[in-house]
Amino acid sequence: MSFQIKEPPTEFDVVIVGSGAGGGMAAYQLAKAGAKVALLEAGGYYDPADPKYITQMKWPYESPRRGASTPFRNFGDFDAAWGGWEIAGEPYTRKKGTEFDWFRSRMMGGRTNHWGRISLRFGPDDFRRKSIDGLGEDWPIDYKTVAPYYDQVDKLIGVFGEANGLPNDPDSIFLPAPKPRLHELMLMESAKKSKVPIFPNRLSILTQPINNDRGSCFYCSQCNRGCQAYADFSASSVLVIPAVKTGNVTLTTNAMVREVLTDQNTGMATGVSYVDRQTLTEHVIKGKVVVLAASACESARLLLNSKSARHPNGLANSSDVVGKYLHDSTGASRGAFVPQLMDRKRYNEDGVGGAHIYSPWWLDNKKLDFPRGYHIEYGGGMGMPGYGFGWGMENTNGKYPGADGQMKEAGGYGASLKDDYRRFYGAYIGMSGRGEAVASADNYCEIDPTTVDKFGIPVLRFSYKWSDYEIKQAKHMQDTFEQIIDSMGGVASGTKPGADSNYGLAAPGRIIHEVGTVRMGSDPKTSALNGFNQAHDAKNVFVVDGGAFVSQADKNPTWTILALSWRASDHIIDQVKKKNI
Amino acid sequence: MFFQLKKPKNMKRRDSLKALTLSSFGVAALNPQELLAERREMDKVMKTPPAEVGFGRTDEEAIHDAKLMAEKYFTDKELATLAVLSDIIIPKDGKSGSASESGVPQFIEFMVKDQPYWQTPFRGGMQWLDRESAKRFGGKTFTALSKEQRLQIVDDIAYPAKAKPEMSQGVAFFNNMRNFTATGFFSSKIGLEDIGYMGNRPNVWEGVPTDILAKYNVGYNK
Repeated sequence: MSFQIKEPPTEFDVVIVGSGAGGGMAAYQLAKAGAKVALLEAGGYYDPADPKYITQMKWPYESPRRGASTPFRNFGDFDAAWGGWEIAGEPYTRKKGTEFDWFRSRMMGGRTNHWGRISLRFGPDDFRRKSIDGLGEDWPIDYKTVAPYYDQVDKLIGVFGEANGLPNDPDSIFLPAPKPRLHELMLMESAKKSKVPIFPNRLSILTQPINNDRGSCFYCSQCNRGCQAYADFSASSVLVIPAVKTGNVTLTTNAMVREVLTDQNTGMATGVSYVDRQTLTEHVIKGKVVVLAASACESARLLLNSKSARHPNGLANSSDVVGKYLHDSTGASRGAFVPQLMDRKRYNEDGVGGAHIYSPWWLDNKKLDFPRGYHIEYGGGMGMPGYGFGWGMENTNGKYPGADGQMKEAGGYGASLKDDYRRFYGAYIGMSGRGEAVASADNYCEIDPTTVDKFGIPVLRFSYKWSDYEIKQAKHMQDTFEQIIDSMGGVASGTKPGADSNYGLAAPGRIIHEVGTVRMGSDPKTSALNGFNQAHDAKNVFVVDGGAFVSQADKNPTWTILALSWRASDHIIDQVKKKNI
Repeated sequence: MFFQLKKPKNMKRRDSLKALTLSSFGVAALNPQELLAERREMDKVMKTPPAEVGFGRTDEEAIHDAKLMAEKYFTDKELATLAVLSDIIIPKDGKSGSASESGVPQFIEFMVKDQPYWQTPFRGGMQWLDRESAKRFGGKTFTALSKEQRLQIVDDIAYPAKAKPEMSQGVAFFNNMRNFTATGFFSSKIGLEDIGYMGNRPNVWEGVPTDILAKYNVGYNK
């Protein structure tokens, strides 16, 4: 499907590849500034308010699989994200010994359709990690430079939270945070004992209306299904659809970009070529500026596949860093059963689509055996049953007395088992650490020398290994989880993950926060972009997704992607006005 | 070709939701009767079935599911065995119906078509059960046994911690059966009502109810 400017220009002012957080923001800002924008999206059109797409507030029994995962929707049948770890005809490869899983959300709005809405600003330290611990690299920009853009993003898009005045977890301009749930209050109580601080969460969900185009949250806890009231941030509803409304955007979906085209004399970008994923027809779109926002690895892939005499190593890659310094957040989890929460009185505990609390990093790495921090995300409550509900009861119901006060044999069947499910409902909690990995040139994606996808586009090959820094961090997470669970009188589930499983450290890529593959820097010899996300080698090429990050912080990347994309858009407007581009 | 940006068909629904939430925050200032009437209007809008059939399926997904629906995997005999087993696991009681009443056998049939990995564990598990039944009760299959006879076998495979080692495959099968029965039952209409889930509707979250706060000795005072 496509929406076109009434009389589309033969050469657009800007061609944007990707309609997620970065691409959506660039399209919005540039279209509002009057630029004629071509926005290309590899996936299909998506509007969470259109009944054709709505899964929000469906009952589990409306799906024959009750919400189980499918190859089309890896996170569950009702989840908004189309795509997943494996897409038919679009493979990727791994070097021997690498475990890397690559998630692709092929749809308008990209990953912002399934993300956790966690919206954390980077702190001042996060832009200068090398100066602090000697590892990785400093950013060419600092917090003070980005802060005004965080403010603008807060106001445009909305985030709830509480001003806590923490030194490296700067406060946003917050909407009111929702009151904690029961298990969250209990966790907060336990924090007095465990010394792991708990604060209100910071999610991009509107607990108050902020404009006339979007509704506010009605607490169905299904943000991951897409919100028909546009009450949470998804790039499709909040940025792309408004951008198209300006009349300055030609949106083309199902457009898989092959390469960025460049002028053989000037080396500047002239546009992109793409293949229509459905009709398999080939197209060229001309643009004065090209903005890549296809997600960190996909943008790197595009640049590396855009070779020419002027750019023999790939576009924007005279430094040879494109694809390198790839890093994902670390992730490890533990669950627990809370006997105190058995036999709960029922009430509507849905709340927002995420926890109402979180724990920002609270320790001093100088006193620990790993260099970077992590935050903790929590789960629990009387959620909507779906596929997986009640699984593994034989591991729990033998450990606690029944309603009659008597212990019983684990497993079983019949009336007393039926009662067990009722008694244990809402008594489980979970927690996950999301930490900062150290960027390394040894972790990278490159172009596979022999493999192409079904469109003939050379695919990515990944090479990635967690270092001791991340493994030790995961060990600390598991120790901390036990501490927290203990402090609230819970019983940790299963066995504590140990060294043999890297303390439960998820395979790289699994947290879906890849960054670093087209990193910015002040030195063109060691970076691909300058501080404005602008390619050193071709000043009309910008990369505004997570690829531009120098380091990732113990914070999810989205809010920073949005701020930097806005700043890059302002720079494009400024440079075009000054006729520098 | 020029397409104009179409307004989403359910603009009215979205505006209703927006209106509800906008006014919800002025709850104290609003006439409660008005709020109630608005909520009833909201309920009416939410209950209106969407213009398209299905639950937000892409074309690919709709074709895939239709194909699965048209297939048949379990024999009628196997489906009968699943019904008997699931009702042993989650029987009808004073509060709600049985697993088979909630559609568990049909759910399991769909799941093994959807995730073929489960086909042999279920088919083979039921075979194992029928062999065990024939061994103990003169050639009869499980569904041909009396209630007491069935439970004699079930008692030997329903308790993983105390089952005899030679029953281990039966234990594994019964664990699977228990898991699928629980998931199928509690995600059904009957089961959702039984477990007492009260969400999945527009509402205003005002925190934990005060009587619950008192019961657990927690509160919102800073």
